[in-house]
Amino acid sequence: MLAYLLRRLIYAIPILIGVNLITFALFFVVNTPDDMARMQLGVKRVTPEAIAKWKAERGYDKPLLINAQAEGAGVLTDTILFTKSARMFVGDFGRAEDGRDIAREITSRMGPSLAIALPTFILGLFVTISFALLLAFFRATPLDFWGVVLCVAMMSVSGLFYIIGGQYLISKLWRLVPISGFSGGLDAWKFLLLPVLIGVISGIGTSARWYRTIFLEEIGKDYVRTARAKGLSELTVLFRHVLRNAMIPILTGVVVVIPLLFMGSLLTESFFGIPGLGSYTIDAINAQDFAVVRAMVFIGSVLYIVGLILTDISYTFVDPRIRFE
Amino acid sequence: MSVFRLAFLSLCILLAACSSEQNDPYPASERGKNILYSAFTDRPKHLDPVQSYTEDEITFTAQIYEPPLQYHYLKRPYALIPSTVEQVPEPLYLDARGKALPADAAAENIAYSVYEIRLRPGIRYQPHPAFAVDDSGQPIYSGTDPGSLRGIETIADFAHTGTRELLADDYIYEIKRLAHPRLHSPIFGMMAERIVGLKELGEALQREAKTLPAGDWIDLDRFALEGVTRVDPYTFRIKVRGKYPQFLYWLAMPFFAPVPREADRFYALPGMAEKNLTLDWYPVGTGPFMLTENNPNRRMVLERNPNFHGETYPCSGEPEDRAAGLLDDCGKALPLIDKAIYSREKESIPYWNKFLQGYYDASGISSDSFDQAVRVNVGGDVMLSDEMRGKGIRLLTSVRASTYYMGFNMLDTVVGGNDGKNAERNSKLRQALSIAIDQEEFISIFMNGRGIAAMSPLPPGIFGFLEGEAGINPVVYAWVDGRAQRRPIELAKKLLAEAGWPDGRDAKSGEPLVLNLDTTSGGMGDKSRLDWLTRQFARLDIQLVVRSTDFNRFQEKLRKGAVQLYYLGWNADYPDPENFFFLLAGSEGKVAHGGENASNYDSPAFNSLFAEMKNMENSPRRLSIITRMNRILQDDAPWIFGFHPKSYTLGQSWLHNRKPTDVGNNILKYQRIDVAEREKRRREWNDPVLWPLAVGALLLVSVFLPAVISYRRRERGTARSQGKVD
Repeated sequence: MLAYLLRRLIYAIPILIGVNLITFALFFVVNTPDDMARMQLGVKRVTPEAIAKWKAERGYDKPLLINAQAEGAGVLTDTILFTKSARMFVGDFGRAEDGRDIAREITSRMGPSLAIALPTFILGLFVTISFALLLAFFRATPLDFWGVVLCVAMMSVSGLFYIIGGQYLISKLWRLVPISGFSGGLDAWKFLLLPVLIGVISGIGTSARWYRTIFLEEIGKDYVRTARAKGLSELTVLFRHVLRNAMIPILTGVVVVIPLLFMGSLLTESFFGIPGLGSYTIDAINAQDFAVVRAMVFIGSVLYIVGLILTDISYTFVDPRIRFE
Repeated sequence: MSVFRLAFLSLCILLAACSSEQNDPYPASERGKNILYSAFTDRPKHLDPVQSYTEDEITFTAQIYEPPLQYHYLKRPYALIPSTVEQVPEPLYLDARGKALPADAAAENIAYSVYEIRLRPGIRYQPHPAFAVDDSGQPIYSGTDPGSLRGIETIADFAHTGTRELLADDYIYEIKRLAHPRLHSPIFGMMAERIVGLKELGEALQREAKTLPAGDWIDLDRFALEGVTRVDPYTFRIKVRGKYPQFLYWLAMPFFAPVPREADRFYALPGMAEKNLTLDWYPVGTGPFMLTENNPNRRMVLERNPNFHGETYPCSGEPEDRAAGLLDDCGKALPLIDKAIYSREKESIPYWNKFLQGYYDASGISSDSFDQAVRVNVGGDVMLSDEMRGKGIRLLTSVRASTYYMGFNMLDTVVGGNDGKNAERNSKLRQALSIAIDQEEFISIFMNGRGIAAMSPLPPGIFGFLEGEAGINPVVYAWVDGRAQRRPIELAKKLLAEAGWPDGRDAKSGEPLVLNLDTTSGGMGDKSRLDWLTRQFARLDIQLVVRSTDFNRFQEKLRKGAVQLYYLGWNADYPDPENFFFLLAGSEGKVAHGGENASNYDSPAFNSLFAEMKNMENSPRRLSIITRMNRILQDDAPWIFGFHPKSYTLGQSWLHNRKPTDVGNNILKYQRIDVAEREKRRREWNDPVLWPLAVGALLLVSVFLPAVISYRRRERGTARSQGKVD
């Protein structure tokens, strides 16, 4: 297994280099270093000299990909691509264009993002799996029919509607929790209650319907009939046998997103005033802050790769037949 | 414990917790305290006074830093008054040989203006670790290194603080910082042309920076600045090239606020920047407030500076200020609040709803909530809705010191022409379009009436703006029955025909007239505006092609003069007509000089009047020149004058002393909160509604109970056939 993991990690390096290269190309197709300087210095009264100084100080006065003026390795290393990207591979994300330390910013924003994402994820998983099992148990009954109708209706509604509707009903009309805001420590619960509730409810439709399909497929198999024939209760059959065997497709979709929970949610965090990572990348794109964009894309890629590796590992736990070769 | 018992217990706990104001986003410990609650949408990028320039930033910096001058809070037109100085300085004019000239000397004879600025003694900085000294008077934290910063995350984590008196050296230090090569002050380029020696200082610092490792501190005291000299500990002089009356306005901006050398040295210590402990993050000032919490992603907290120097609330203002209660606090020591908490609200809906619940003391009005907040009657008068009046909310309106316009590129052969044979012909085309585009309709449809149609570049409140018939643009409006009436479209068509485009077609070739508008708009929200604009052009049978692009490309096109028509706006830096007219000065041409004149308008007559006007104090003669300049612009029409936006602010009944202002930003110290009234209203407005919880619980039970019963029945039942599944 160790050899497998090592191999996967080595595979990740060219992927990360490729992602970095694509990010670099896409960013500089749209923005030039001059544009970045203007964005940072402001559009009022900015002089060409000020732009030149800004670029020189931050190393954006170098060629983008190839430095024809340089000699030896400098042809490749004395470029914006290399100077801005190489240190990321040793975990040094540097500073945002406004001078703030990126790693520090990410660390401080990660907590609030996780405070929303983690309970939403865990509770959502519990609720949707339970609901899907309920539908599977009552398959071919009016409860199952109306449950599926409800799922289709729920998945047809935009996430934004849940947020605005939830805020309107629960916070504005009923005044049960704050509309938005955040607080550290124990006080955080009242700010998290509504976004977590909305996150869970908005996810029920899609997930429960998908899980129901998986469970129904499993329920028809021989081992389930055998379990029933042994006299096990339906709950035991569902939770001990059906759920365990249905875990592979569920894990495929679920484990991969666990590391990405750190990245937060743009809409939820914006509407609920959560100071998380959700809008960090978008804000950086709008501010033409290449340092932050490249760091966030890099971290996103790393987390995605980690998610895929974790998914592979998780298979071995639910299905002992799986071996890493 | 059964699931039902657990659920019942949870419900009881939840109901018990929902006693009152359960939706209060602030800690209970803050209740009853003299705190102002506000919000911000975009995070400030810079809080270092040498870099900060935008509105998001000045909301904070203006409360912390004290430049030498400030604007009178209540008087209009805006008037400069001392802030940290004894009096507003009068310039001493010198000729090229350094000989003093009389105050009424001609501008062309004035080689230098010298401003002598004398500080009031006894002003002290906020408590800050940079000033902390040991028994021997040495800075406690001078030997700080990354290791000793372990456990320190914010400025409040330093155990020791100190203060000291404000000195002239601090202002001189800040002026030198304008030239700092690593700080990139947005006004350095402009000030280097004005302040004697600043350009040379910038070059010297640039050379020094190259010899030092990146990030090393540059000791500015080792470098002389010829034009800024210290007279005594409380007095310094600034020598400015030529006559520049607008310099006084710059002295009211944070760019000229004092920065103590100790703070600069402190933040340059090793390990500070890595922890975001910088002047850009934690400002150090002498103002009424100090920034004690800076989390621009969540909230920013300003607290009363205990060392603030005893300024009092003004006792005079405009005639209507007394009736409005704005003079009730005359003579009281400032600031009137202890703390201001600014929470970040990225979305308008939560912001608005929290305001309605009493959790913000003031709010703007977004277009989503406009109809809920305000009613406009048939006469166009704006009044609060019944709901707002029922809550005691007040509406404050003012026309902003801004202008929005559609500019023509005067270098373009079809619409432009600064001189030559096409100049007069094309000016008629521009005049025709100025008449055809109905700004009043635009303001009504797209701005909920929140603006006034512009007659010239000057908004109300700026010297040179004239009310009534004298102030209208006679090319576009006629004065009828005591009000400005837009001239008929027939006149626009006539002008178009005279310009060689009868019915929107070339008189010679018959080709249709197609004009291109470059814009950064183009999203869903902008489509209706652009469609409306296209229809306005179609009234003259002119085809408008909208070329939407991103901001960078748009700016590049402007720089290269590759546009025909464009939309832009301008917010005043200071309340002087020069700050608007310079946008059309030939010397500011974007293509030729890289300036702010995006239309590349270059009229010798206008330029000459501008050169004369910009160096004058406000006087009848200056007004006469401004009137002539406006007339030239109205005839030449390099811009289609758009509108001056109106700001609408809602204030809660417990918020006092709020007066709209557009250039004076240090307004927080004047605000007063009636805390008891706020507590009472919040309780009234935020009683929780609990029945939905009970209904929700019943609903859950009514769904799950039959399921449980059915499950049990099945479990106890005999074998049955497998149901069909689709």
